[in-house]
Amino acid sequence: MELLSNRSKNVAQKEMTLSERMYLPAIAQGLGITIKHFFKKKATINYPEETRQRSDVWRGLHVLKRDENGAERCTACGLCAVACPAEAITMTAGERKKGEEHLYREEKYAVTYEVNMLRCIFCGLCEEACPKAAIFLQDDKLAPARYEREEFIYGKDRLVEPLKTTETK
Amino acid sequence: MAKITFDGIEVEVEDGTTILQAARKIGGDVVPPAMCFYTPLKGSGGKCRVCLVKVTQGSARDPRPMPKLVASCITPVQDGMVVENTTNEDVLNARKGIVEMLLINHPLDCPICDQAGECDLQNLSYEHGVSATRYEEPRRTFDKVDLGPYIQLHMTRCILCYRCVYTADQITDKRVHGVLGRGDAAEIGTYIENVIDNDFSGNVIDVCPVGALTDKTWRFKNRVWFTKPLNAHRDCPTCSGKVTLWSRGDQVLRVTARKDEYAEVEEFICNTCRFDKKEVSDWTIEGPRNIDRGSVISANHYELPVVNVPIVPNLPKSTVKKMPTE
Repeated sequence: MELLSNRSKNVAQKEMTLSERMYLPAIAQGLGITIKHFFKKKATINYPEETRQRSDVWRGLHVLKRDENGAERCTACGLCAVACPAEAITMTAGERKKGEEHLYREEKYAVTYEVNMLRCIFCGLCEEACPKAAIFLQDDKLAPARYEREEFIYGKDRLVEPLKTTETK
Repeated sequence: MAKITFDGIEVEVEDGTTILQAARKIGGDVVPPAMCFYTPLKGSGGKCRVCLVKVTQGSARDPRPMPKLVASCITPVQDGMVVENTTNEDVLNARKGIVEMLLINHPLDCPICDQAGECDLQNLSYEHGVSATRYEEPRRTFDKVDLGPYIQLHMTRCILCYRCVYTADQITDKRVHGVLGRGDAAEIGTYIENVIDNDFSGNVIDVCPVGALTDKTWRFKNRVWFTKPLNAHRDCPTCSGKVTLWSRGDQVLRVTARKDEYAEVEEFICNTCRFDKKEVSDWTIEGPRNIDRGSVISANHYELPVVNVPIVPNLPKSTVKKMPTE
């Protein structure tokens, strides 16, 4: 039969020589390889103490931004949810009451806003669709691994940007 | 009968038909948009000017072109008339300008507005408008007004098409709302907070091409593209009872009249059907309502497009797609 490639090897069971039967040179060779790896650069890092450098356009965990006065920007218009190819986003809208102007930017706001991180494919289409510049995918945070499925459904408590209580600069 | 040529397509219509209706007889992309004209309402039309067309030949007897662009919704056809709509550069430019005019005072609050997704002005500006505004002056603003317990008026969004006024005039017995003021100061008002309490007053919501008149029972409940439109009917003593239900899960979020492809209602419905019957058990459901594929309402709805119906037997009538006739 004609060979398809020249890469095939003929395997034959030969009688081993004395040095081969002693195994000692082979053990020394194997140890040499092991010791060589001690001095090589490590392929792993000590996550989460250390993190790898990510690209500038990395799309990580979502955040719901606040405006310059600390009011939530999201108006629950639903464009992120309709743009989402994985259908990971759900929300319910509510009407802003008198006296809540400092909390919500527009007269309508998201009462609940949930992103299912198990469904999310981090494509960033929600960010692109948002007309109010409210949702962004951060470049420095990831959705961490968890034990329970429920913990992957991120509500407003974990998505909304925390209020800046103290001046940092 | 009069034979006219509309965008190079010949069509024969009854005498006295308007150019717009003749174009709608052809159907498809050549139909001029209309913001104020509404077939079921007598006397409507001629206000918004978005349906302007160029008449290049007045009639067979007098082939001179009409000197200016004419509003197709109120201009009757004449035998031998030649009309240009999408094929005429002037018409498209004029329409662009008119959209810009309509948007001068219209707020950019589509993310909040309940009409978004089924708004005529949104569609119109998407197709004919420019994405940027040249207007620098402050837009006119009004406080929102409650017209009775069910209807809310956002005067800031109104484009003064007068459709609701005609509806109140013709469908309901006594009109308690109209247009107050003139020109830039014109606004829809009820005389001294007079409540519209007629049985058919809810229809002003359906005829409104923008989000100026909205249903308070539907206010901020959900976005229209997350709801599922269903054709349904019930035995109603006051109206035909044929409606579209906008539901999510087992919940009926909103009830509207059935609208055709030009967003015109087929039959007006009463307030009991519209505002009080919000249970699935109140209705006999006929099947899903056919929504245009290009509409955002059909986004993420994965219904099987049934084109060749005879292959699949016993399908409800609502699944039959109207195919464009070649």
